[in-house]
Amino acid sequence: MPAIWPCPGPTGMVEEHAVVFDRARTFRLLIVSPLFEEMNRTRRMLVETQRQLDVLGVDSMLPDLPGCNESLQAFSAQSLGSWRDAMAAAARHFAATHVLAVRGGALVFPTSLPGWVLEPQKGGAILRQLLRARVLSAKEAGREENSADLLEHGRNHGLELAGYQLSAALVAGLDAAVPQDEGQVVLRQAALGGSALWLRSEPGEDSAQSANLARIIALDEGG
Amino acid sequence: MTSTDQTDIDLRSLLNDVLGLGPARAAALTAESGLFGALPELDSMAVAGLLTEIEDRFDIVLEDDDIDGEMLATYGDLLTFIRAKRGEA
Repeated sequence: MPAIWPCPGPTGMVEEHAVVFDRARTFRLLIVSPLFEEMNRTRRMLVETQRQLDVLGVDSMLPDLPGCNESLQAFSAQSLGSWRDAMAAAARHFAATHVLAVRGGALVFPTSLPGWVLEPQKGGAILRQLLRARVLSAKEAGREENSADLLEHGRNHGLELAGYQLSAALVAGLDAAVPQDEGQVVLRQAALGGSALWLRSEPGEDSAQSANLARIIALDEGG
Repeated sequence: MTSTDQTDIDLRSLLNDVLGLGPARAAALTAESGLFGALPELDSMAVAGLLTEIEDRFDIVLEDDDIDGEMLATYGDLLTFIRAKRGEA
């Protein structure tokens, strides 16, 4: 289940972790998780999807983004570019044949693979939500901050948002980024049933949603 | 059904999705039901997520100045705020 893969870092290759279900089958799915808090909120759902895919005959790999989960790289050194390079390297290492990108994962997945994007999100929307959380907590603490000034500062000097130290490159990249899907199938929450787990602060899990997602992927094979 | 009733239905559904209230608790919300400060799930990150969903689903844009504890104090406050933003009030 846990696996190590070589990932390009700022000073050469480093080891990163992934959750894999690998029985050397021909259909091999790379899963690119959402960014920031949604990554944590969807983790159980995605690992459960991997279990269901395994039963349906599909290998899958869920690699850590550099700076996240088990990664020893600094979050503050990351950008959309470093995450794109990392996911491309993971796809090569695991010989992925297909890709599933979820939410903000659609900003950084390897676009040359066929597959699916689940409720893709614009970078600007992700950034706005993070900025808003910061403005709100400042307000609770009796300080006045505003999104426009924070964004301007962040684009030039980087910024701490919701406990993450974002580099200037990551702020600027998110501000401009749109989902990269090129011919991958766009999936909507309605196809999974229930309500989106990434919206909830305490998501728990919903194995029916994971089963639906796994079934869609296993039956369709990405065209 | 008027669009205002639809706003009420949509807002209950949205709170159910974001807070995981379940249909029964979502249906039981009254104008006086406390939100921000009353529900432990609603920390600043959750509020930010809630506001982003409100923008998406109601097709409105919220400015920093719009957002304060008062618009989120109760279910009624939030519903009134959204109706006003949509020009329904």
